[in-house]
Amino acid sequence: MEIKENGEEEQQIVNPWKVEAKEGGKIDYDKLIDQFGCQRIDQSLVDRVRRLTSHTPHVFLRRDVFFAHRDFNEILDAYERGEKFYLYTGRGPSSEALHLGHLIPFMFTKYLQDAFKVPLVIQLTDDEKCIWKNLTVEESQRLARENAKDIIACGFDVTRTFIFSDFDYVGGAFYKNMVKVGKCVTYNKVVGIFGFTGEDHIGKVSFPPVQAVPSFPSSFPHLFSGQDNLRCLIPCAIDQDPYFRMTRDVAPRIGYHKPALIESLFFPALQGETGKMSASDPNSAIYVTDSAKDIKSKINKFAFSGGQDTIEKHRELGANLEVDIPYKYLKFFLDDDIELAYIGKEYGAGRMLTGEVKQRLIQVLTEIVERHRRARAAVTDEMVDAFMAVRPLPNMFN
Amino acid sequence: MGLSKEHLLARLKELQIDFSQYDHPVVLTVEAQAKYVGHLGGGLSKNLFLKDKKSRFYIVSALADTKVDLKVLSVRLGLGKGGLRMAPEESLGEILQVPLGCVTPLSLVNESACNVSLLLDQKFKSQEFCFFHPLSNDMSISLTTNGLDKFLKSIKRDPSYVDLEANPSVGKDQPPDLASLVPSSSVVLADPPETAASSKDCTENTVSVGNKSTKMSTSKPSINAKKAQDKPANITDVGKMVDDLLDSTSLLVLKEITEENIKEHGEELGELLSKKIKNQLAAELHNTIMIFKNTAYTEGFHAGMHCHPKRS
Repeated sequence: MEIKENGEEEQQIVNPWKVEAKEGGKIDYDKLIDQFGCQRIDQSLVDRVRRLTSHTPHVFLRRDVFFAHRDFNEILDAYERGEKFYLYTGRGPSSEALHLGHLIPFMFTKYLQDAFKVPLVIQLTDDEKCIWKNLTVEESQRLARENAKDIIACGFDVTRTFIFSDFDYVGGAFYKNMVKVGKCVTYNKVVGIFGFTGEDHIGKVSFPPVQAVPSFPSSFPHLFSGQDNLRCLIPCAIDQDPYFRMTRDVAPRIGYHKPALIESLFFPALQGETGKMSASDPNSAIYVTDSAKDIKSKINKFAFSGGQDTIEKHRELGANLEVDIPYKYLKFFLDDDIELAYIGKEYGAGRMLTGEVKQRLIQVLTEIVERHRRARAAVTDEMVDAFMAVRPLPNMFN
Repeated sequence: MGLSKEHLLARLKELQIDFSQYDHPVVLTVEAQAKYVGHLGGGLSKNLFLKDKKSRFYIVSALADTKVDLKVLSVRLGLGKGGLRMAPEESLGEILQVPLGCVTPLSLVNESACNVSLLLDQKFKSQEFCFFHPLSNDMSISLTTNGLDKFLKSIKRDPSYVDLEANPSVGKDQPPDLASLVPSSSVVLADPPETAASSKDCTENTVSVGNKSTKMSTSKPSINAKKAQDKPANITDVGKMVDDLLDSTSLLVLKEITEENIKEHGEELGELLSKKIKNQLAAELHNTIMIFKNTAYTEGFHAGMHCHPKRS
C-alpha cells in the first residue's frame, strides 16, 4: 500500500497502514504538513486554548507533540460563541499489548474532554483489523474489548463517553451515513488516497466510510439527535489524515460540517527515530504491562543516547538533543517545563550525563505506568459494558 | 496395580449403573474411537490429563467437539496464564494407572488418583449418553451422566460439570470461577525427570504470555499493598477514599513543615504549602476520583440492567 509520488526521489510514506521515512532518515514533518495541506499549531493557538479553558494546556500541546490541525480555530471560534462540539477518536485493536505510544492520543483526548467539558465517541475498528490483519471476527472482537479496558484506564468520564466496536454498532443511522459517504467517493479517488490496487479485496475498499462517519453527529442518534449542526474534533496521529481528508471533502456535499482535526507526530521507538516500534520487538517500546524493573532495564539498555562516547568528549561537546531518546521521551512525559528546560540546557552543554537523564526518565515513566496499571485494575467487564452501552448521556455538555 | 477393566465393569454392575460395552481394537485417539462407536449416537469424550506448576493434576473430560482452551482454564482455575499444561506421559501410568490414550474419569477409582481434580463438560448433560474408556483402550462403554455421577459418588467424588467453553473475565472483583476445583494437595512423584519435562514444555506455548505473567508476578510484591485497595467494593467505599485522600494530604503537609522550611519561609509557608498540595496532589486526586465515578456509575448501570419491572 505505497503511495509513490511522481517525483524522482523516493518520498517518505505516511498513510494509515505504513509510516516510513526517507531512507535512513527521520520523518520530515514540515514536508508532511505541506504534502497533506494541514496547518501548524502555533503558540498563539496554544495561548488561545489556555484562555478559553482556564486550564494549563496539556503537555503535548506545549511541546508540539500535537503539532498540526485542520479548522481547530473554527472549533474554538464556535466554542467561544457558546456552541459545543464533540470529540471523536479511535483505535484499531490489533494487539493486546499496548505501549505508551498507543496511549498518547487517548491521554490527549482525555485532557480535551476535561478542559472543554464535551462528550467523546471512541471507535474500535475491530472490522478493520479483521480485514487488514486477517484476524478472525471473534479474535478482533476480543481484542477490542481488551483494548477498551486500557482506554478506559486513561481516565475517561463514563457520563460523557461512548465506546463502540464496529462489529457491534454498524447499522441503522450509522450505516445510512456510510452509504451516503460511499456514494460520494469514486473508486479512483479511494485508490489515490489509500493506494489500493486491483489485487486488494473489496473488504478493504469498502472500509473507509466506516472510519469517516463517526465525524457526523447523525451517526449517533441516541446521543445527538436533533443536533445535526454539532461540530466534531478529531484528535489523532497524523497518519490518519487521509481518512479525514476524504471525509472533509464529502461532508459539505451531504450537508454536514467538516470535522476538525488535531494531529500528533509519531512516538519514536526506544532505538531512535529511524528505528521502528514494532509489536514483535518488546524492547522497542515501554508497555503498560512492564514492571518497574522492566522499564529501568529497557531504558538503560535500549534507549538510544545522544550523548558522546566518553565523559570527556561529552563534557566538551554536550549531548545531541536531536537524536537523544531519553530527552525526547521527557519532552513527551515530563510535565514540568522548567525542569525540562534545565535538563535540556545542562545535558546539551555536557554538564549532565546520559545516566542522570535516563534515571529521571525512568522515574517519570514508572509513575505513569503504575498509575495506568492501578486504573486498569479497576476496570471490570461491567464497566466496559457500561461504556459501550447504547445509552443516553444526559450531562455530556455540563 | 490399578483396577482392571473387568473389576470396574463388575463394580458398575454392582452399583446398578446402566451401561453398554463395545469391544474394538486398541485406539489412541478420539478419531480412531469414532470409527468403532461413532455411529451409535450419544457423545464421544475427549479426555485431557493436565498438570499445573505445583504438581497438581486434573482430568478434563469433554465432548469431542467442545473447544477446550488451556489458557482460559488456567486463568479460571486461578493458576494464572499458562499455568496448565499436558501432564507428562509417565504420570498417566503412575497416577491414573491407565495406558496412553486411555485417560478417563473412571480412572479416579484408583487410590493413586485421589488428589486428581475432575472437570466434566456441562455439554455431557445434553447427550443421551457418552462414551468413556473403562481403564483400557480396547473397549468403550456408554454411560448417562446420571450413571457417571452415581459412580463418582460411590468413590466419594463430587461430579463437577463446567461450561468449558465459557471465558469469564477474571480480575480483582471476579475471582477465578473454577478455583474450588483445584486439588488441595499436590501429588508427589518419585522421579525428578518430571521437572526437566515440564521446563521443556515451558518454552512451547507460554512464550509471550508466560513472560508477561512472570514479569507481573515479580512486580506484585511491591504494589501488592496498593492492589488490595483496588477491589471495586473498596473503590466505592466513601469512608475509605476520604481517609486515603486525607492521609496523603497530611503526609505531604507534615513532610514540608520542617524547622528549615519554617525558618526559610516564615509566614509564607502556609501559602507555599497550599500551592504545593494543589500541584502535587491534583493529578492523583483527579485519577482516583474518576475511577470512583466510573465504578459507581457502572454499579448503577448494572443494577439498572437487572432491575425487575415495577409491580403494578
